[in-house]
Amino acid sequence: MSIKNMTKEKNWSGQKLVSTDYMLFEAPREKHFMTGSEVTKEAIKRCTVDASVSYPITPQSEAAHLIGELWAEGYVGMYFRGENEFGVMSEVAGCAMAGARTVTTTSGPGTLRAMENFPMWSGTRIPVQLILMARGINSPLTIQPDNLEVTFMLETGCMIWYAENVQELFDMTIAGFTVAEMPDVHVPIVTVVDGFFVSHTRESVMLPPDDIALMPYDPYKAPLPPIDSEMPPGRFLRDPFVMKSNYISYATHASWQWEVRSAVDRSIPYARHYLNGLAHVTGDLDAEIVFVACGTASHQAKEANRELTKLGIKSKVVKLRTIRPFPHAELLEATKSAKHIFVPEFNIVGWLEKEVTQSLYGKSEAKIIGRPRVAGGMSMPVEAILHEVLEHVNEEKGA
Amino acid sequence: MAKDTSMAKDSIKVRMPALGGQGAVTAAHIAATAADTEGYYAVSNPFFGAEKRMAPSESYTRLGTVPIYDRGEVIYPDIVMIYHPQVITMGKSYTMPFYAGIKENGLVIINSDIELLTDKDRAFLDSKNVKVLTRDFTKFAIDMAGTELATNMAMLGALFGALGNFGKPAIEEGIKDRFLKKYVASGGTASLDSVIEKKFKKKRDLIEKNLQVASAAFDLTEKWAEEVGLHQMLKTI
Repeated sequence: MSIKNMTKEKNWSGQKLVSTDYMLFEAPREKHFMTGSEVTKEAIKRCTVDASVSYPITPQSEAAHLIGELWAEGYVGMYFRGENEFGVMSEVAGCAMAGARTVTTTSGPGTLRAMENFPMWSGTRIPVQLILMARGINSPLTIQPDNLEVTFMLETGCMIWYAENVQELFDMTIAGFTVAEMPDVHVPIVTVVDGFFVSHTRESVMLPPDDIALMPYDPYKAPLPPIDSEMPPGRFLRDPFVMKSNYISYATHASWQWEVRSAVDRSIPYARHYLNGLAHVTGDLDAEIVFVACGTASHQAKEANRELTKLGIKSKVVKLRTIRPFPHAELLEATKSAKHIFVPEFNIVGWLEKEVTQSLYGKSEAKIIGRPRVAGGMSMPVEAILHEVLEHVNEEKGA
Repeated sequence: MAKDTSMAKDSIKVRMPALGGQGAVTAAHIAATAADTEGYYAVSNPFFGAEKRMAPSESYTRLGTVPIYDRGEVIYPDIVMIYHPQVITMGKSYTMPFYAGIKENGLVIINSDIELLTDKDRAFLDSKNVKVLTRDFTKFAIDMAGTELATNMAMLGALFGALGNFGKPAIEEGIKDRFLKKYVASGGTASLDSVIEKKFKKKRDLIEKNLQVASAAFDLTEKWAEEVGLHQMLKTI
């Protein structure tokens, strides 16, 4: 197996090359029953991935291992284990700068250990995909599902998408490479799922056949060419601007940081197309009770929506699928009818509630309630959501 | 006699407290796969933590005729399946008492050779109209399959016998899917294939034995359900 075996019609493993539109929207699909870890393998298998670097940490170890199997089976071009997560994220950057379509996975403490690399990724405009299976931040050691780590990722300049379940993880992983590699976008993509709730949960999923794969990445369409010591990013890594001229350095950084964030915003039309919208709305469209959530929390909110309907109470769920770029227009439109916006979350700080509050400031009169909120890996039973909603509604009625 | 369907729900949640090594995670996986093959919505997951033999271990299965969004630990179960007496006697459970959160008209299946419920437990469960079946499913597994490792298959058969929604072919599908690894074993390398082929006879035996245990437990609880007038818990599709 070698990149030399690639033809215009087939990749090195013999899979027929197809467009992302065909893969996501047109190819026939069959039902399978698998976990989020297993579906990660299935998605990567169909993406003509050049390189992957891994490091074990619960709950993403299975996914990392299965990507390794893909290498052994001849689907992934290069695979190795890094020294630790900092090493992995640096090595991933090296692969991507050399022009490789590159993927990696990590969780919780691994994410924090690697932290310095993420703004470096976006700054060097590499379209790496990180599949982040969120786990608690050690305080002390925990391996439980908790998505506090996402708050640390918000301002790294990377795109952040949030998949709700096994199906979305599959589809988003495929769309992720495509949107991240658009020449006018070309920034890293972090595809987040809640660890365990998705990685270790087995459910049905519809998959296209595995004898087709995405067209290979073309690094020569990138805004920064593949690494070369005389050209950026190689040049500015070898000779940092600050070593040459303070003036050039701050002028470059001032404009480049805006540009990185503009590049993230330029992903919006592509993401709308490949994700079928940046936000999905379910339930009663004119409801005054609105849940705004992402990931597993939106699943729990949908369960609450169903129970509230049985009680004769209207509600709807606005599921945010992208966090960076934040879907301001979609959120405002979807919450027009809202009087009470509940933001259920699996972390202690309520990072999504803060995002929602900031986005709607001065534009909505709805009361934003950051509840229920569970942390440390606790589950959020539908009963807890109903309790919050009914208590709030009854309070308003003076009951 | 036809089952009372008036209390059947469109989705039910099953909590399986067990001890590490008993195979509760495998049982939940097979139960969900089996239900999925019969066209029901199904989701399974383990409790999220470190695994140790004889330490508390828990898994969950959700079954429904409607899409199931609920994820994670089952805090309010319709069915609780106790895989080992120590769950009750030594409190090896993530929830105390073992039936915490159980819903009205629920079901408890206990694997034990002796009666473990106190009068207080029984009064509480009666007040919730929860039916309780205590049987020595470990002995059942040893007698039928020659190994206590098949206890989880007995528990699985017991669950499906009590529910009545899923037939034995579905259990067979679930067991085969788990042990023949239809989706994951896509390696395709000649060496891997030959290793699997060598083990195949042993694997067929394993599947056969597991099926016998599950099938016998299925018959047992099906009969018990009729005797005690257990209502239909999950709607049929």
